[in-house]
This record gives sequence, structure tokens and C-alpha cells, in this order.
Amino acid sequence: MKRILFVLPLLVFTGVIFAQSGGIASGDGGDCLIQSLTAEDAPNDAGGNIDLTWVVAADVALPDSMILERSDADGVWHPISTIAPVNGGKTDVNLDNGQEYSYRIVPFYSGTARSASAEATAVPQKQWIHKGRIGMLILLTLISLVIFYYIEQGKRGKDLYIRRIAGLTAVEDAVGRATEMGRPVLYIPGIMDMDDIQTIASMVILGRVAMKTAEYGSPLLVPTCRSVVMSVAQEIVKESYLKVGRPDAYQRESINYITDDQFGYAAGVDGIMVRQKPAAIFMLGTFYAESLILAETGRSVGAIQIAGTAMPSQIPFFIAACDYTLIGEELFAASAYLSKEPKLLGSLRGQDIAKLFFMIVIVLGVLTATVGEAWEPATKVADFLKTITRVE
Amino acid sequence: MRLFIPLAITFVAGVIMILQFFVPATQSMGETLQEWYMIVASFAIFLGAVNLLHVHSRRIRFKGRNWKYSPVTIIGFSAMIITGIFFGIEPGKPFDFMFTQMMVPMGATMFSLLAFFVASAAFRAFRASNWRATLLLISAFVVMLGRVPIGAMIWDRIPLISEWIMQVPNLAGQRAVMIGAAMGMVATSLRMIFGIERSYLGGAD
Repeated sequence: MKRILFVLPLLVFTGVIFAQSGGIASGDGGDCLIQSLTAEDAPNDAGGNIDLTWVVAADVALPDSMILERSDADGVWHPISTIAPVNGGKTDVNLDNGQEYSYRIVPFYSGTARSASAEATAVPQKQWIHKGRIGMLILLTLISLVIFYYIEQGKRGKDLYIRRIAGLTAVEDAVGRATEMGRPVLYIPGIMDMDDIQTIASMVILGRVAMKTAEYGSPLLVPTCRSVVMSVAQEIVKESYLKVGRPDAYQRESINYITDDQFGYAAGVDGIMVRQKPAAIFMLGTFYAESLILAETGRSVGAIQIAGTAMPSQIPFFIAACDYTLIGEELFAASAYLSKEPKLLGSLRGQDIAKLFFMIVIVLGVLTATVGEAWEPATKVADFLKTITRVE
Repeated sequence: MRLFIPLAITFVAGVIMILQFFVPATQSMGETLQEWYMIVASFAIFLGAVNLLHVHSRRIRFKGRNWKYSPVTIIGFSAMIITGIFFGIEPGKPFDFMFTQMMVPMGATMFSLLAFFVASAAFRAFRASNWRATLLLISAFVVMLGRVPIGAMIWDRIPLISEWIMQVPNLAGQRAVMIGAAMGMVATSLRMIFGIERSYLGGAD
């Protein structure tokens, strides 16, 4: 419940902090070449930017060029850009927040400056809420509340049904098979760095797999594509071996760095597969074009393969070449599923409820948009759903 | 303290990254954190290089299994570093020559293997063993036919059907995976930020 108390203020925060304005000012007229020049604080930014737009009159002789000018604190004008004599816009950047800036456009005919347009002024300010993301913030807050609610339910010991995920049930069998065959287990954590959520999920699963290999006494190989991933994997595997009381079985050299190069890494891992012939291969994380190269090579050496990724374009390759595939969300559910810890299972339940909510929103959106063709009020519901789910 | 400090760092960093997405005024904090990550990652490159040399030199020293490949790795690694440091990496220099004439073709060779792997995987996946596999086979056949000129020559609607399969059922499936994955990302992030998931720290205690 304490966590819910943290999330609630976020919801309130979105409602309270809403309005800021950097001011919009426009200058009209001048000598009629520039019909209007508008300056306004750039929306949804950390400040320091002013959006400028101008409209050129259609029925006057066009100049050769135009200079956009900005005045400094002393009122002296400085050119900031040469612009074409057509309608257009520009964002003036790296300005000081809270200071008023004035702009004007000076047309040039045969190299001679004519009278400038009317001035437009604006004050750059930082915004405290991204207006294009309010809907997302509200949805995220609701989802978080649902997840925390079920985590609490799990902690209180409520029996939560979690559907069986074949790929995760097979983890123990795969490690057991490797032990019986006297061959290593190969764990491939994808090719992205630690700032990728799939790599983070993969590292958490690695901890669980490492506990199994430590219990069964199977060698574990973890070739990595990034140095940071290697360092993290070494620590996670070491901790797992310590936890099951087998620190002696931990081999730091088994978790090694190969290369940052995508296909160099694929070649290196293929080499490991062909030479060491692992009995079980885990491919969990972010994969791109190398996914099928790895999966097909693993298949050719007769390994049982469990793959998982949230990359929609790589999932078909894994399904075609691997024994088990964790599709999208299942990758993120793996750690909780394997641990069987009630509070983690509670988060899975919350995740499923959140997904159900989105399914209802999608079905409702499709229905209202369709019915809205014949009945106007339904369109308003569809528009509302579109607004709250849109992210800029 | 062993658990508290990493959990506190995770919480603070996680909350800042969420805030900077919704609160533009805090974007600079998020950018600073990302810069810190880049600095840490830069130092970790040395760890990777040291690990590479350590693993392979150890394998050579103890005549480990397949140790004969290790000198090739060390020589290649050293050659790239030495030429890069002493001769520069500009076009025409030895480093550039090795990169464009050796590294790039080798990478392209690995990539080209994908065509053969796709063929073998497709052969297995498209076997009409049951009605679902048959449906997959027919869909794949229509999509492939619609993307080559002969498809339109057979029937001018085939490219349209191919496009419909890609843009409607295929895209719907992909979006379903993406929405599910997004829910998973949110749940995983919350578990990590609030310290509910601690297995990456070596346990839940």
C-alpha cells in the first residue's frame, strides 16, 4: 500500500500542474510583405526555445532574400538566419528562460534592405508537464496501481492463477538434459546493452538459470556482445552460485566478452556452438538479423533451444528454429514465473489485468469508430479513446 | 547496506527517467544520467578488452580445448589496436584497409548466410502438417508471389492481397505482441524500481 501512496500523487500531479504559457505574440503588417510574424514559446520542452512562423503576402513583389533578426537586451538587432521569401517557420534555440526576445524580418531587394516587418515577442519557459503525454501518464498510473494491488494480494498469500508457459516449464528440463549429456548450457543475452529493458529482463532470468546450472553442476557459458553486459552477467552468475552454496563451481572465464560487432558476435557464438556442442541453448534478450543465424546453428548441433524476445520481427524465426519461444511479454514474465515468489506472481497477474483493460479499450475503440459513422455520439467516445491513448 | 545502496540507486535513477519523460523541465536530469551511463560504458570497454585477452591467453597457456584459435583472435585484436593507435584510422591507413577489406567482407559473409538459414527454416515452418501450418504456407506463398513481378502477371489482385495480409492480420498480430511486451516492460520496470525484483542483486533477502 505504501507504493500505491507513491503513485497516487503522480495522478494528482498531472491534474494540478497543467497550464503554462510562454506567450504568443505576433506582428502584423509592416510594409505588407510579411503578412504576419508569430513568436511563441516552444511547447513541451525544457525551455530555451521559441517557435517562429511567418506568412508572406501573395500579391507583392518578392524580395531576393530575407533576414530573420533578434534583438538583444540593449535593443540592438542581430541577424540569426537567412530565410527564403516564402511562408515558413523556425525554432530559435539555446535562449535564456524568462527573458523576453523580439524578432523581425528584414527583406532585401537587390542587396538593399527595406523596412522590416512588425516585431513579434515571446518569452521561453520550461514546461512542467508534457501535454501530449498526459493521457499516457494517467494510463501508466492506473496500470501501476493495478500491478501494485495484485502484488499486495500476492504478498497476503492470495492464490493467483498464472497460466502455464511451456517455454519456462522446460527450463529445468533443458538444464537437466545438459547435465545428463555432460555438455554445457549456453546462454545468449542478446546483442544490446544494459540500457535495454529486454537485456535487463534477460539478466534477471540468467540469475535463475545460473541457480539451476549450479544445482545440477552443469557448465554455463555466457558469451556477451557488450562489456557492461559481461560485467553484470559475471556478478549475477556469481551471486546465484553463492546463493545455492556452490561458489567453487563458478568460473569467471565462462562469461566472456566477444565483440560489439553484430555479425562478429554471431560468428563467435556460432563457433562456440559448433565446437562445444551445448546441450541447451537459451537465447533471451534483444535480437536482430543474427537471430536466425544463431537459432539454426543451435538446431544443427542438436541442442534444446529456448528463445525469447519482444522484437516482433524476430519472433517468427525463433518459432521456426527453436523448441520453445517466449513471445513478447513472456520474456518479462519469466523471472517471476521461475521464482514462484507470490509478490512477483502478483505483478504478473496485474500485468494480465492491464492487458485485459487495453483489449477492452481496443474493442471499444473499434466498435465506437465503426458505429460513429452512423451515430455521432459514438464518434465522441472514439475520439476520447484516441486522445487518451495518443503519445507525442 | 549491501542491498540498500543498489536499491536506492535503482529507485532514484528509475524515478528520474520516468519523470523526465513526462516533465520536460527535468529532461536535463535524464540526459545527465544517460551521459553517466555512457561514461561507465566507456570504462567497461577496457574490461571487455582485458577479458578477451585474459580468456584467450589463459587458453593458450593451459592448452585448453581448441586453443589454436586463440592466437588468431589475439593477433587480430592486437593488429587492429596497434595500427589504429600508431597510424591513425583515416582512409588509406592500415587500420582502414583491414576494416574495409577484412572486417566488412567477413561481416557481409555472415549476413549472407541468413539467406540459406531462412530457406531451411522456411522449409520446416511451411510444411503442411496441419490446417494451421497449411494456412501459414498459403499466406506465405501469396505474400511472396505478391512481391515479385510474376505475381501481378498471374493476377493483378495478388499484390493487393499480399499487401492486405501484411497490413491487416500480420500487423494486428505484431501490435498485439508489442502491446503485451509494453505491459511486461512496465511491470518489470516497476518491480526493479521499487525493489520487488531483487534476484539481480543475488537474492530476495
